[in-house]
This record gives sequence, C-alpha cells and structure tokens, in this order.
Amino acid sequence: MTPVRPISEAELHACVDGALPPDRAPEVESYIASHPEVAARVEAWRQQRRLLREALAPIAEEPIPPELNVAAMIEARPLARPMTSRRIAAACLLALGVGAAGGWGLRGATMPDPVGVAAVGQEAAESYRVYAADPVRPVELGAESREQLVHWVSQRLQRPVAPPDLESAGYVLLGGRLAATSHGPAAVFIYQGVGGARIAVLVRPMAVEQTAKMREHSYGAVGGVSWAENGLGYGLVGAASPGELHPLADQIRSQIRQSAIS
Amino acid sequence: MHDCVRHIEPVIPALRRFAWALTRDRAAADDLVQDCLERAVSRWAQRRTDREVRPWLFTILHNLAISRLRELKRRGRPEALEDAAPGDLAVPPVQEHRLAHLDLVRAVGELPEEQRSVLLLVSVEDLSYSEVAEALQIPIGTVMSRLHRARERLRLALAAEGDARSPRLRRVK
Repeated sequence: MTPVRPISEAELHACVDGALPPDRAPEVESYIASHPEVAARVEAWRQQRRLLREALAPIAEEPIPPELNVAAMIEARPLARPMTSRRIAAACLLALGVGAAGGWGLRGATMPDPVGVAAVGQEAAESYRVYAADPVRPVELGAESREQLVHWVSQRLQRPVAPPDLESAGYVLLGGRLAATSHGPAAVFIYQGVGGARIAVLVRPMAVEQTAKMREHSYGAVGGVSWAENGLGYGLVGAASPGELHPLADQIRSQIRQSAIS
Repeated sequence: MHDCVRHIEPVIPALRRFAWALTRDRAAADDLVQDCLERAVSRWAQRRTDREVRPWLFTILHNLAISRLRELKRRGRPEALEDAAPGDLAVPPVQEHRLAHLDLVRAVGELPEEQRSVLLLVSVEDLSYSEVAEALQIPIGTVMSRLHRARERLRLALAAEGDARSPRLRRVK
C-alpha cells in the first residue's frame, strides 16, 4: 500500500469550506470519518458556518439604500480633475491676494512643474507660506475638531488621513485644512512649537510615484523633507533647515508605518 | 452604462453584510460601504485588471473598516459597537434558530478583529483562502491559523454557553 499523506488542520478547514482539491477530498473525508473526535470538531465548524450564513443572510437581501447608488456617484465625480484643481489653485492665490502670486504665476509659465515627491515638497512650501504664516486663521478646522478634520480630509482625499502626533517633539497641532495643488486636493496640518514656530505637514495621494525616499529641499527660507509611501506623498516644511526638520520627518514616517501595521 | 457599475453593483449586498458583521451598527456599516464605493469608483481606472473585482472591493472595505474601528477605539468606544440589541439583529424574530444565531453573532463579535475578518470573508463571503490573504495582506499560513483560532474559539464559547443554558434547550440544537 502507498503511504497516505498526513492530514493537516488546514485541510480540515478546506473540507468545511469546500476548498479541497478533488483528488485529495476522499482521503481527508475518510480520515475524518474514522476519527470521531475530529469528526465532532469538523461538524461543529460546519454548523458554525451554516448558522453564520443564515444569521447574516437577511442583510444581503435588503434593498440597497439610495446613498449606495454607484451610477450616481460616477455622475457626481468632477471631470477633468487636473485642469479644475489647477484653476482652483490659481483662483485661490488671486483671491488671497498673496504678494508672491505674480511670481508664482510667472514660474508656472516659464519653468516645468516638478513631479513626484519634488512637487509635494514645493506644494508643502507654498501652503506653508500662505497658511502657516497667517496669524489670524492658519487653519480651517482647529485641533479641537480633530475628528471632523480627519473625516473631512479623508473623504476628500479618498484615503484615511490623520494628522501625525508631534507633541513628544514639542509641536502642538493647531488644526488643518484642504489645499488645492496642481495634483488635486491635499490635506495640510499645521503645528506650533514652544517658541511659536510653526511647521506644516502636507499629505496628498500620489498618482505615479507611490513610494519614494525622503528628500530634502529649500524654497527660500522654507526648508522641508518630503517622501512618499503606500501611495501617499508627505511634505514636512517649516522655517528651518531641512537638516533640522529631518528627525521630525523620520518620526512622522515611523508613526504612519506603525498605524498602518497595528 | 459604465462597466464599473455593472461590476460593482452586484457586490453591494455582500459588502453591506460584511460591514455590518464587523461593526454591528447599521449606520456605521452603510457609511463604510459608501466610502468604499466612492473609493472604488475613483480608483476604477487604476485597479489591477488581473484581479477579480469582488476581492478588490473587500480589500478596500476592510481597510476602511480597520481605520474606522481604530478611530472608535481611540475615542474609548468598544471595538464592536456594543452588543446588538435584539431588535437590531438582522434575523427576523420568528426564525427557528434565532437563539443559536444570537449566540453566534455575539460570539463572533467577541473575536479579535483579525480573526473575525478572516472568518467572515471565508465562511460568509466565499473568498478563497488566497483571495483573503491578498485582501488582508497577510500570508496564506496566517489566514489558516486565524481561521482555525476563530473557529475553535467559537466552538468552545458556544459549547460553554450551551452547557450554561438549560439542558432542554441544548437538546433542541
């Protein structure tokens, strides 16, 4: 007689789920049949499976609520997104009457737009200049409305996005807002340090460069570090040198990684 | 119309069921499904075409559910939104096996989230073991061990509950 391959627990489950390869099923079934204690266990799992399906079946039979209409969601989506957000970005700058707007407009006309993480860095620096420097209203939603803020930006970015916790590094969250970039909406979180110095973290989905190493950059007095991971681009900026900001960037990155694992 | 609609729509009932089983809260479940669908619509063009739509949708929904559950936990709410009140249960009140269903749904709610997701995706949503591995981004060996732990835990929990209950009731099972 040819020796029989030993039966694994995984195969007992596969038997319950009807996932055994047909050539193996008879061996597993005859094993179960000849071991009453195993048979009782497998029978209990089968019963669980059946009861669970029965218990949950009525939900799947309900009519679909109107909010879950896929066709309507498609219709509601903005078309030609890049064009639109570019126009919004331009309009925002004009409306805010930012002095540098003219210069930025010129830059757009003469220099190619940076792409990937370099673009994230630049967008973060631009947002910093506009928002973090605003003494009156740097944020749209304050830290006291953190939940609302998280919900809002996650909805608009269509990804779960939350402000990193930088209190251990001495930076308290002031709040955040949405910002328009030429690559679509971005979340901007603004923090204040002990001496009143502000830093900003910009987060937005990445179209191409899904993951990219950290790179340092300076735009005038605004230094920063940007990187991308799992399809999201991050830009940390502040009125400091990129080297000074780097440890903070490391801290943010490891926090995000941790929340992705746990 | 859009082939996106044609592919996604048939999966919605199952997505609602999975979301409810994870949260045991109707409103929270439908919010999750809504987010999931919006995301799926916006990423339709970027999705990997060699992957089935169904497991892809469950992947999105599961990721959203995890961050939502974590959010709730941080706010100090229990992981599964309280035990379902009898009226909340999806099962019509006259159902013969209702008591057994109640026990089971409650016991499933007490499983750690990681075991619960695997159990539901395998036993109720009929994803293959490898699809579950892909959806949850874990090795297939981990899928099997979580499934095993979940089923054994339920078996022991229900057996203990059965013992605690009157013997007459137990014989009905």
